[in-house]
Amino acid sequence: MKSGSNLERFLERGEFVVTGELGPPKGTDVDVVKEKAAMLKDSVDAVNITDNQSATVRMSSIAASKILIDEGLEPTMQMVARDRNRIAMMADLFGAAAFGIRNMLCLSGDHQVFGNHPEAKNVFDIDSIQMIHMVKTMRDEHKVICEDEIEGEFTMFIGAACNPFADPAWYRPHRLAKKVEAGVDFIQTQCIYDMNRFRAFMKHVVDMGLHEKCKILAGVTPLKSVGMARYMAANVSGIIIPDDMINRLRDAGKGKVAAEGIKILCEQMQELRDIEGVAGIHLMAIEWEHRVPEIMKMAGFLPRPTV
Amino acid sequence: MIVGERKPFSEILSMVEGYSKILILGCGSCVTVCMAGGEEEVRILGSQLRMAFRRNGNNAEVTELVALRQCDDEYMEDAPLLEKVKEADIVVSMACGVGVQHASTFFNRVIDDKTIRVVPALNTTFMGANIDVGEWHERCLGCGDCVLEKTGGICPITRCAKSLLNGPCGGSFNGKCEVNKDTDCAWHLIIERLDALGELDNLKALEMYKDWRPSHSGGPRKTVREDIRI
Repeated sequence: MKSGSNLERFLERGEFVVTGELGPPKGTDVDVVKEKAAMLKDSVDAVNITDNQSATVRMSSIAASKILIDEGLEPTMQMVARDRNRIAMMADLFGAAAFGIRNMLCLSGDHQVFGNHPEAKNVFDIDSIQMIHMVKTMRDEHKVICEDEIEGEFTMFIGAACNPFADPAWYRPHRLAKKVEAGVDFIQTQCIYDMNRFRAFMKHVVDMGLHEKCKILAGVTPLKSVGMARYMAANVSGIIIPDDMINRLRDAGKGKVAAEGIKILCEQMQELRDIEGVAGIHLMAIEWEHRVPEIMKMAGFLPRPTV
Repeated sequence: MIVGERKPFSEILSMVEGYSKILILGCGSCVTVCMAGGEEEVRILGSQLRMAFRRNGNNAEVTELVALRQCDDEYMEDAPLLEKVKEADIVVSMACGVGVQHASTFFNRVIDDKTIRVVPALNTTFMGANIDVGEWHERCLGCGDCVLEKTGGICPITRCAKSLLNGPCGGSFNGKCEVNKDTDCAWHLIIERLDALGELDNLKALEMYKDWRPSHSGGPRKTVREDIRI
């Protein structure tokens, strides 16, 4: 075991894992984290804690991750390259390890122009792939970048993101290969709606043997409304929502769109389970945490494995 | 070249208010080429200031001059220019930030009997290239450690909004950057160029942590060439 986390244990055991996601509050309200944690507990195997997602200031990922541990859940601490240089990253990783955080996700981070402080200066001292290499060096060589020895234990299950729908499409598996070379243990993909394109991506990934070198979790997000689907398709980079999916939501009729969105999601989750190379699902039900138990039940993914 | 844009007139006007002898000093180099601070722009700013003063009943005197290169002593050691500077209460430099600072330092070094006040009329925006008539794009951040040989002559540090060194982020779509749909994704361009050059293998190797010391992160930089010193 590299980290001793449940996520790692379940993946190594060949369980089809499901990870959730929790966005910390825009302030200090611990109860918000606890309430969302309670909704996710026993429904997912680990929970990503976002790091100032959409470049909007929130409770730190490390603090919210610690609250999750105290609530009996396993966090995956997200870390973006936008806000910290290598010094701050390694310091936070020491802190995270000291708190018992055993999974982390290395990300570039949404550019600050999308957030609530667009006038901020960004950092981008290192990129997400270098971040993977940094954490792996810390874990496997027990050294920080400058080669100074780390005092005490440092274990971490290292994750990263992958967007199969970004361009150039043909290059995406090669970028994933680079993350594998850097030492990534698991991958969570961007939200998948275009299943055909994802299948083509996974075929390429499997042909390259990448699924044997890291665990790939397919990212999904329920579509709550036709408006949300249209907005995401038009405005969120790297999200492709096929027209027939949007039409299906539209045709569901008044008051039934959300239920149809969940039905589509559950069908996707079942289909994803059967795609070669997919080791699990990353369910991003943002501000819909309360519906996760119902989704997991409907998709036939309960109960979750135990240690 | 260094690209600049003139500051809004109201901002320039507020800098010179209260002074009676104003010298507008253009620069004949980069900012002339990018049409922000050369002879023509000096003349326009001079006219604008005179008109504004006349309207307000202000009888301040506005003089116009252009130095060939405000960032170099050689082009500033000019007796008539220094006379005009001495006579002025304020010098409005239309050079880039380098020129403004150098003019200020130079004038205060060679002129003994008064301290010269130099203010900027431009915002210095970037080091870039002239792409089309009236259009300039940023091309170099001056990081001090060029990687263009690996990236097909396209700079990811400057042209990627996140200065990524290992390929495009998940926000690259239809060849454009998620930060601005009018901006090309630098990594998309790099991949296409390397493909055309048959050098895609350049991207396979993990590009390691960048040493930012040669960049501004290492503090203000200087170049000393002992070999050409006199």
